[in-house]
Amino acid sequence: MILPAIMFYLFAALAIASGVMVVSARNPVHSVLFLILAFFNAAGLFVLMGAEFLAMILIIVYVGAVAVLFLFVVMMLDIDFAQLRSGAARYLPIGALIGFILLAELIFVFGSWVIVPNVAGVAAAPLPTGAHFTNTRALGDLLYTRYVFAFQMAGMVLLVAMIGAIVLTLRHRVGTRRQVIADQLGRVRNQTVEVVKAPVGAGVAD
Amino acid sequence: MTIGLAHYLTVAAILFTLGIFGIFLNRKNVIIILMSIELMLLAVNINFVAFSVVLNDLVGQVFAMFVLTVAAAEAAIGLAILLVYFRNRGTIRVEDIRMMRG
Amino acid sequence: MVALVVFLPLLAAAIAGFFGRAIGDRGAQIVTCGALVLSAAFGILVFRDVMGQSAPQVQTLVTWIAAGGVDVAWSLRLDTLSGVMILVVTIVSAMVHIYSIGYMAHDHSIPRFMAYLSLFTFFMLMLVTANDFVQMFFGWEGVGLCSYLLIGFWYDRDTADAAAIKAFVVNRIGDFGFALGIFAVFVIFGSLDFETVFGKAPAATHEVMNFLGWQVPALTLACILLFVGAMGKSAQLGLHTWLPDAMEGPTPVSALIHAATMVTAGVYMVARLSPMFEYAPGALAMVGVIGGTTCMFAASIGMAQNDIKRVIAYSTCSQLGYMFFAAGVSAYGAAMFHLFTHAFFKALLFLCAGSVIHAMSGEQDMRRMGGLWNKIPITYVLMWIGSLSLAGIPFFSGYFSKDSILAAAWASGTAVGRYSFCLGVFTAFLTAFYSWRLLIMTFHGTSRADHETQHHIHESPWVMLLPLFVLAAGAIFVGYFAAPYFIGEDRVAFWKQAILVLPAHDSLAAMEHNSTFIDLLPLIAGVTGIALAYICYIVRPGIPAEMAMRFRALYLFLLNKWYFDELYDRLFVRSAFSLGDGLWKTGDGTIIDGLGPDGIAAATRELAREASRLQTGYVYHYAFAMLIGVVALITWYLIPR
Repeated sequence: MILPAIMFYLFAALAIASGVMVVSARNPVHSVLFLILAFFNAAGLFVLMGAEFLAMILIIVYVGAVAVLFLFVVMMLDIDFAQLRSGAARYLPIGALIGFILLAELIFVFGSWVIVPNVAGVAAAPLPTGAHFTNTRALGDLLYTRYVFAFQMAGMVLLVAMIGAIVLTLRHRVGTRRQVIADQLGRVRNQTVEVVKAPVGAGVAD
Repeated sequence: MTIGLAHYLTVAAILFTLGIFGIFLNRKNVIIILMSIELMLLAVNINFVAFSVVLNDLVGQVFAMFVLTVAAAEAAIGLAILLVYFRNRGTIRVEDIRMMRG
Repeated sequence: MVALVVFLPLLAAAIAGFFGRAIGDRGAQIVTCGALVLSAAFGILVFRDVMGQSAPQVQTLVTWIAAGGVDVAWSLRLDTLSGVMILVVTIVSAMVHIYSIGYMAHDHSIPRFMAYLSLFTFFMLMLVTANDFVQMFFGWEGVGLCSYLLIGFWYDRDTADAAAIKAFVVNRIGDFGFALGIFAVFVIFGSLDFETVFGKAPAATHEVMNFLGWQVPALTLACILLFVGAMGKSAQLGLHTWLPDAMEGPTPVSALIHAATMVTAGVYMVARLSPMFEYAPGALAMVGVIGGTTCMFAASIGMAQNDIKRVIAYSTCSQLGYMFFAAGVSAYGAAMFHLFTHAFFKALLFLCAGSVIHAMSGEQDMRRMGGLWNKIPITYVLMWIGSLSLAGIPFFSGYFSKDSILAAAWASGTAVGRYSFCLGVFTAFLTAFYSWRLLIMTFHGTSRADHETQHHIHESPWVMLLPLFVLAAGAIFVGYFAAPYFIGEDRVAFWKQAILVLPAHDSLAAMEHNSTFIDLLPLIAGVTGIALAYICYIVRPGIPAEMAMRFRALYLFLLNKWYFDELYDRLFVRSAFSLGDGLWKTGDGTIIDGLGPDGIAAATRELAREASRLQTGYVYHYAFAMLIGVVALITWYLIPR
């Protein structure tokens, strides 16, 4: 029982520390790397909770795709090292105050949280019991049956996002010659061939 | 001690607050904002999964997956916009993005 | 016929006023003079009709106001009083119109001038033919308006503008009294129609009214208020300050308005309301006292003035005083008689003065005139005729009217009457003195004008002299021929119901019993005045200057018009100006504009500017704002209720 607690505190501390460094690192590449670290630790937390499929998905999608995308963009844009500015101190007091209030409220809410006694009855999709039910299988059972519509919609969302990203950022290179097949096929004879009467030995003038 | 629901929720709350700080306390560039949003979404995911485990309800994890999906899509679009903005303006420093000034 | 007399001048004014540019200067002159001459001719016919009729005729034209007990109609009343006034107004006005053709020949806005003159004549005729108080007030206000327009005719002159405003404002004060009087009449009698009011007047003698907390005799109060109006219009003491300044207007204006017609409207009003005044002895006493005091006051100032027109203006003021104190002793017939003769000789004097000014290329100061008698002889003779009439030399018109006034004043036996008589005789002396002072300074001696002016001295053209002849004929003959009708044995048959004189007050009847000494006193005073003027200005010309130096304070007092203008300036004008300034700058500017449009606009602008500072353009500011909103919401819901 002690090991999960230690692991929990380890993962939690690292996640929070990485979160702080994401926001306050000077080098933007460092920020992205710390974000990746935060994701890893969060995945660890998921595993601790028993949602290992989600943890792996987190790593594959978030770290492998989203964070890498961030890294690409950070590298692509010519971003300077951030200079320490004195203006940051101006908002710090009030920002800290607001943050503290928010945090206090959240904890206050969670502390007084009371779970409804008959919660077992209202569960929409009770966790299936049984040794052979892995997290993956349970999720699959639920996702492809009851929530298949939402699943398809998620796919549509991703498709639209992809098209949108391309539409936004595609640049046509100027000066490249492309073939327009329709023009090629629609060529008529009198655009290409010209009959010229040339006297013998005189040649054709341009 | 037993790690209970409150612990996980506290971690999520702290991460969420950190994300919010990242949005308006950053003086550097816009990418930090996007990353802060990802942090906030992560915190929300932790919340969902924690509750799903405690309440014995799998829907929380399904929803967390969908959040993941949408977060990915949104990150992609956000970065695309950022790229195009950079192409047009030449900078993504926070001080320089104030054309909507009233 | 009466309608024609009254409305022809209006028609002429409309044509000349609106179409002046189209018909040109000559056209405007022809239209207006033609209309006025026609009107005068019809006026004479109307007067002949009046002599023949036995009761006042009223011709109702159209209903004007019929609301809440006030029933007033546009109507024309024809009785002896209005007939006499019609005669005076139309004849003098026609003469002035013709004279203006010559006098204003070089002016830029002839049609406007002729139109204003005709418009004035219309208003005056409306006033004298009114059958109720409201129409009289309409005419009253109208002549005030035309006076303002004509005094300020040359509106590019600052002095003319100021004089016009002064005339209008002082008149307004009088008009306020008049209006209050009309209200009082309505409260007492319940009607504004002359016939009704006159019929009820005897019964109302002992009514009492509440005025500002005191109980006053109602009829006396009404008459006093109405008389305040007359004081303003006829420039009596207190409201006289506008008349001398009114000389800023062209001379024909002075002759018509400020000598013959408008200023006599007050006298006409008192005579017209004699059925009311007779039952209010307090009011009559006030009329007498003010009239007597004014006539001496004005004459004393006239002695020291140097502007030829101002001397004649003060002379007018003084003669009006005579007319009023004649009314004050119930000798309304004498007052009207003097009005009648005065119109002729005063208009004659003014137009002759205009002739002199015209000859002297615009010079009006007598100290720069002199030696004109052989250069403009016709004007000289006419001026003599006018002055003789004014001074009351026997056979000339003024003698009959003025002497009858003085005799009636003595004969009335009242304290007011005796007081007025003494002042009146002294004034006759002063009148003769300043008239001959004017004559001698203007026409005799060596010329004190510069060479340029002297070179241009010429007699006036025939178009200017012809009206003068007509007026001179009036100044000479009217007195002798009209005396029996106005004041003599035939007066009752002449006036019929137009004027009411209670038997107890009939001073004109009592006049017969005056001693010969009393009868001759005015004549003696007049001749003495002429003699003194002769001595001071011809025999020993140094006397006036020496007297002025010896009695310097008295001389300055008279020269500065008894410092009335300065007094009014300090009492009323300054405080009015500072009140106006205060209300304008502080009240209107700071308070109303500041709290209202300007203030609200500025506040809106400030608010908008402050609000726009929220739009910094930084996204994280906006996010921060959202966050604060979220936290606030959460806090709101977390607080236990």
